[in-house]
Amino acid sequence: MKSTRFVAALGAALTAALVAACSAGSSTNPNPSASGGGAAPGSDKLTVGLVAEPVSLDFTTNDGAAIPQALLYNVYETLVKLDQNGDIKPALATSWKVSSDRKTYTFDLTDKAKFTNGQPFTAKDAVFSIDRVKKDWTTSLKSAMDVVADAKAVSDTQLQVTLKQPSNSWLYKMTTRIGAMMAPDGIADLATKPVGTGPYEFGTWNRGDSISLKANPNYWGPKPHFGEVVLKYFKDATALNNALLTGTINVIGTVQAPESLKQFEGNSKYQVIEGTTNGEVVLSFNNVKAPMNNLKVRQAVRYAINHKALMDTCWAGYGTLIGSMVPPTDPWYEDLTGLYPYDLAKAKQLVQETGVANTTLRLRIPTLPYAVSCGQVVKSDLEQAGFKVALDQLEFPAAWLTTVFKNADYDMSIVAHVEPRDLGAVFGNPQYYTRYDNKQVQQDLAKADTGTPQEQITYMKAAAKTLSEDAAADFLFLLPNLIVADKGITGLPKNAISESFDLSQLGRS
Amino acid sequence: MLLRILRRTGILLASLVASTVLVFAFMAVLPGDPARVALGVNASDEAVGQLRREFGLDRPLAAQYLSWIGGLARFDLGTSYISHAPIGPQIADRLMVTLWLVVTAMVIALVVAVPLGTVMAMRHRRPSGVLLSALSQVGVAVPAFLAGILLITVFAIGLGWLPANGWTPPDQDPVMFVKQLTLPALSLGIVQAAVLTRYVRSAILDVMREDYIRTARAKGLTPTQALRRHGMRNASIPVITVLGLQLATLLIGAVVVERVFVIPGLGSLLLDAVSNRDLIVVQDVVMVLVLAVLVVNFVVDLLYLVIDPRLQVSSR
Repeated sequence: MKSTRFVAALGAALTAALVAACSAGSSTNPNPSASGGGAAPGSDKLTVGLVAEPVSLDFTTNDGAAIPQALLYNVYETLVKLDQNGDIKPALATSWKVSSDRKTYTFDLTDKAKFTNGQPFTAKDAVFSIDRVKKDWTTSLKSAMDVVADAKAVSDTQLQVTLKQPSNSWLYKMTTRIGAMMAPDGIADLATKPVGTGPYEFGTWNRGDSISLKANPNYWGPKPHFGEVVLKYFKDATALNNALLTGTINVIGTVQAPESLKQFEGNSKYQVIEGTTNGEVVLSFNNVKAPMNNLKVRQAVRYAINHKALMDTCWAGYGTLIGSMVPPTDPWYEDLTGLYPYDLAKAKQLVQETGVANTTLRLRIPTLPYAVSCGQVVKSDLEQAGFKVALDQLEFPAAWLTTVFKNADYDMSIVAHVEPRDLGAVFGNPQYYTRYDNKQVQQDLAKADTGTPQEQITYMKAAAKTLSEDAAADFLFLLPNLIVADKGITGLPKNAISESFDLSQLGRS
Repeated sequence: MLLRILRRTGILLASLVASTVLVFAFMAVLPGDPARVALGVNASDEAVGQLRREFGLDRPLAAQYLSWIGGLARFDLGTSYISHAPIGPQIADRLMVTLWLVVTAMVIALVVAVPLGTVMAMRHRRPSGVLLSALSQVGVAVPAFLAGILLITVFAIGLGWLPANGWTPPDQDPVMFVKQLTLPALSLGIVQAAVLTRYVRSAILDVMREDYIRTARAKGLTPTQALRRHGMRNASIPVITVLGLQLATLLIGAVVVERVFVIPGLGSLLLDAVSNRDLIVVQDVVMVLVLAVLVVNFVVDLLYLVIDPRLQVSSR
């Protein structure tokens, strides 16, 4: 009798808890189709698994690659965009002319594009977007717009931008997020409701889980094949693989554990796509602090590392060996891997000569997959040459940013610099964490930016070679772009060389 | 009795205030700067400084603390540094997801543990009881995330019966919801069941040795009848204590299991906020967890009074 009362009470408590959880659980997802709007052109749906979820959808105030990865070229369009070969191609601007002093750019704009809030896209919106980068953006990327003296709308379809001095990098940067075209009436809620002219419109965001993009029924260009594309975020590489294996997702957008590719490669249900990226995995040096301020020590490090074996061990052999801070998709790429071939004897001799064996070098790496797996290999390579190395893992981003990046309290670190054309950012500014101060490199970079496109190539090549010879860092390898997808899905962006995970070409064969 | 309830409430409130201080202090010593994380690798020092002022991070720690708990006292959880969205609704959404997981796991644990523990106790000298006992020992040793990985490997990848991960709200697709909830709830629930089984077993063994059971047996009741009529209620007291503790373990275990199963619950919100140094969110989530644990303990204490009338007398 008495025991029944207890069981009944317990049962009641559990039921109450379940009911509470149930009724409140319905608030987790407000109406999922609320912002869908209009008739979807296709009912086919695709789910893409990615690793880093955006913290906000507003890239004007938040850095972080995840926001443009999801939105750029998909929701927001730019005047010019980067294609899969790294070439600048027309987008909202159908063509453009550069004046002979190379300071004035005249863009002819399409008159067909419309923002998803219904307003047509005109040159006035372009002027607004460009001015807004200078005025209201808070991320550091906005500095790329500093070179603009004036932007004005000649007509609804013609835009004229005047630069303070000629700049090759400006047009290139217009293919990135700072070139995103926004509507004056569409920026009220950038963090949760982006409004653009792109092939997709923003659908819903289930925080901590996924972002859904719906095909834009009024898109001015070729309509996307898929009516809905869901970007689903996974913290864990294994969970991402499992999701594809069990059919929860159709595509792994970026494989984080290349050694796991074997389970897909032999399977006829899947296709594995290997392309390239802008992500140079750099073994960076603190160039102003002893002992790394000594050229011979830096050279010893570069000779001591067996790059091919390292890439095989820590990234399953996927990737490209590079000898400097330039990926093969940049026009000024040249193969510099021969400058410092693996030479253990030479490394040992330089270690002896400099007496660096008496100092413990602090290799402080971020807790990121490639850094963790390569850190151990770098340490053992260096120890074979006679170096003493202490390996620290610093939590990324917070702890690594403060210790290594801001305070430069390190001797060596390993980090993939994934921004496109970032040689100047990483080695052209003595305040940057590499603390690399080389007047020759700085002059070459300046000349490259203001010169003709041909001069740009010449001077960029020179800068890349100088900093490699000077062993400003060691360049471990270039990250591959690895995609696994269900067979039959076409138009996946093979190379990850723009800021966008470009969904505009997706289809099904 | 009333005094006891008042005293418990006092302890609850004091613990809450003490934990706000602890949580805030931990966040203050955590290395890393929220403003720099938000602005990323290319940010200038000026921009970082300006954002720190916007976040209010340039104020003295005491002022930051007071404005935070001042907000809490008014049920205002503040605004996220990173997403600029109010934190309250975010936590509410995520908490519901975690509650589904934790409550289902708890039900699984109870449904498995109570009968199994009873059987083990009644047969504790027989081979079947020993075997069950050994099995539960193995269960105790397995962490929930490992159980999760094993379950995924067998039931999702191997057999393809259930999805490997993901989350669908019940009102969107109830069938998918149940499918996706099954494996994570099992991995939490089975491990907890193993622990709970051992407590149920020993509680019942203790009770069976009591004089009143012997008396009941002497009146002619079978062991099962004696246990049902006289033993269960007494045995439930230690079991409820453990249940309260386990609820806390489950909430913590859910943090890890949510990561393995890619579930957007409180745990994944917490881990994301820690890595983004979204300190206010971290503080708020931890306080919600602390509150949950304290309230569970409080309720367990009150339940003793309901179950065991002797406690009502002695505390008077």
